[in-house]
Amino acid sequence: MISVSTRFTSCADIETFAQKLRSEGGPASKLVRVCIGTGCSAKGSRRLYELFCEAAKQSGQDVRVEAKCVGCHGFCERGPIVVVEPGDIFYQRVEEPDVAEIFRETVLGARVVERLLYEDPGTGKKAEKANEIDFYKVQERIVLGNNGLIDPTKITDYIAEGGYKALAKVLSSMTPDDVISEVEAAGLRGRGGGGFPTARKWRSCREAQGSPKYVICNGDEGDPGAFMDRSIMEGNPHSVIEGMLIGAYAIGSEQGYIYVRNEYPLAVEHLKMAISQAREFGLLGKNILGSSFSFDIRINRGGGAFVCGESTALMASLEGRTGEPRAKYIHTVESGLWEKPTNLNNVETWANIPAIINRGGKSFADIGTEKSKGTKVFSLVGKVVNSGLVEVPMGIRLRQIIDDIGGGIPDGKRFKAVQTGGPSGGCIPAEHLDTRVDFDELTKLGSMMGSGGMIVMDEDTCMVNVAKYFTNFLQKESCGKCTPCREGLAQMLYILDRITDGEGQVGDVERLEGLAELLEVTALCALGKTAANPIISTIRYFRDEYDAHIKEKRCPAKDCRGLFRYDIDPEACKACGICLKNCPVDAITGEKKVPHVIDQEKCTLCGTCWEKCPFAAVLKV
Amino acid sequence: MAQDNKIIEQIVDRYDADVGMLIPMMQDLQAECGYLPAEHVRCLSKRLGIPLSRLYAVATFYSSFRLAPKGAHDVTLCMGTVCYLKGSGRISEAICREFRVEPGGTTRDRLFSFQAVNCVGACALAPVMVVDGKYYDGATPDSALEILHKLHPAEEAAETTTKEAQSD
Repeated sequence: MISVSTRFTSCADIETFAQKLRSEGGPASKLVRVCIGTGCSAKGSRRLYELFCEAAKQSGQDVRVEAKCVGCHGFCERGPIVVVEPGDIFYQRVEEPDVAEIFRETVLGARVVERLLYEDPGTGKKAEKANEIDFYKVQERIVLGNNGLIDPTKITDYIAEGGYKALAKVLSSMTPDDVISEVEAAGLRGRGGGGFPTARKWRSCREAQGSPKYVICNGDEGDPGAFMDRSIMEGNPHSVIEGMLIGAYAIGSEQGYIYVRNEYPLAVEHLKMAISQAREFGLLGKNILGSSFSFDIRINRGGGAFVCGESTALMASLEGRTGEPRAKYIHTVESGLWEKPTNLNNVETWANIPAIINRGGKSFADIGTEKSKGTKVFSLVGKVVNSGLVEVPMGIRLRQIIDDIGGGIPDGKRFKAVQTGGPSGGCIPAEHLDTRVDFDELTKLGSMMGSGGMIVMDEDTCMVNVAKYFTNFLQKESCGKCTPCREGLAQMLYILDRITDGEGQVGDVERLEGLAELLEVTALCALGKTAANPIISTIRYFRDEYDAHIKEKRCPAKDCRGLFRYDIDPEACKACGICLKNCPVDAITGEKKVPHVIDQEKCTLCGTCWEKCPFAAVLKV
Repeated sequence: MAQDNKIIEQIVDRYDADVGMLIPMMQDLQAECGYLPAEHVRCLSKRLGIPLSRLYAVATFYSSFRLAPKGAHDVTLCMGTVCYLKGSGRISEAICREFRVEPGGTTRDRLFSFQAVNCVGACALAPVMVVDGKYYDGATPDSALEILHKLHPAEEAAETTTKEAQSD
């Protein structure tokens, strides 16, 4: 084994060390990779890992078998995922009893266990390798490339796959200006939501007066329905650290911060380990790789406030204060943390940097559209067959993501809308599914790229309720500093509440539009300025649903309680009595062999009968 | 009081009394005590020389801080968009009704503290409930209540620990 006390003192050390690591691997070794991302661990993958380790110990064969914990593969829907090498055999939905069979058949016997392979629901064809599965075929994985390959708790794994090579290249042969030019040539835009050109931000910070300068990694991934950054921090923390090192060198900073969301304990754990290993190896600290460049990183955990994803609020939080944003007429690159020049980028942005340096900016820019380069990671979730994390080239059509990768809508339901951009984004309806995904196209549709949440909604989703959900979310998360956001959101929520309660008034839609405009023009920070997007985009594309609620007191999606009723289909009812027993207000009558009936006068619309009926005989009408 | 000071001293030393690290210090205090006890907060304010009001401003601004002791178990229900679309609102209602608890509160018998959070980032498992760090996927009102009814009260848990300690 390689001694852990390795400490790099020159740029050439990294390549030498990587070669040594690769040659020690040996072609005879067998490897079992068990995903321990949050999704797979929730389904017991850590136990699978232990069982594989035990099996490996007891096997007594001549071959070296190693079990390895790896980061998220993205295909969370099918977890726990186990990949066996050689052959890259991709097993899904693996359970404890399967371990012995996989070990006996595949690891020792080189035979495939058919029943654990992914089966294409359309063709019925089984896939042995990940790249034979539709979910992976269309993807282009640059940022997530090493997720699922390397053990995130081992720096040696990252180095063996070419990690820190970009840093060595930068420190040995590039000036800070060269680095910025390379990132500029790549056309990289901020992945956190705004899409601001990264190189321009770096240059402004580099040129800003004052020292010290700070770099920050924004890992406060607060958008509900988004977990791209979590998976990067959990699955490949060194890529973020390497990106920050390169950025710090370009900007002239010696201190970095990673601000991680409180709800991500595993990400914090892996980042902490990664930072301490990087220090041991001499990749963080004084005179990195024998150069004059020094840099270190500190981790801060968020306190559970969505607004801290906003850059100035995040910096306030880092200073130990309440996370209230400030006006940005003075840019943070000039006066940010502790009033010093500060460059903040999102996790995915930082993780792109090593790839840009390794591939070269121009070749990176070959991927994507004219103004949006590279790839984007999306968390594809909601009413879609294959939920999970996907990385696609910019410019791909929304339809390809939802149908080809996501496998369409489950249960034969009809697609209604896809929500992108989190609470600041909007809903895009079916007629725009052929839109190409890039920063500018999504903005044109009244939504935005955001950090990469992509939530698919089907015909059962009420769009007024969706707007209410996000407004409620933002109203709770508004810091309360500026009046338009604090009071405006409360008013908008009040109006939406009455619409979904069946008490909407003619003119409510116009009132919402008026408040939305006010918010956009007068709110202090991005949270407030974009807070009305969910409302505006649903009014734009689903005005008929608002009108049905207000004028006909009817919820077309049958989602808003009180705006539809429950009825029992006498044909489907088997008179089993389950609904009758469970009804909390005794509103259901019936006898054996006689279809049951709901007394609409007594019914409180709680939905218990609808949930409990084993024959789907209770209908929403 | 002497013991209080010890906890605070340790925490403050850990961060070299850097006021910028106030939030991590308060997080450490909460990790140690389960919540932010008033006397400790006062002590921290004195030790760092910053007004008590600022500590409480921070404690009440960030949703992860607790000012009252928590229950024997931690129950977190995800209210992210996907979980919400798949019915976590109904699960929350069922839990609140059955155990007479509000989101952010603790049951009267201190069996568990109940939090409804924005998103735990495990959307493929929606709706998700997390009990003492263990994730439950595809939760329904029924399955959630069943899990919570199986939780052991604090006394039992404490008794077992004491017995184990005695037998050692």
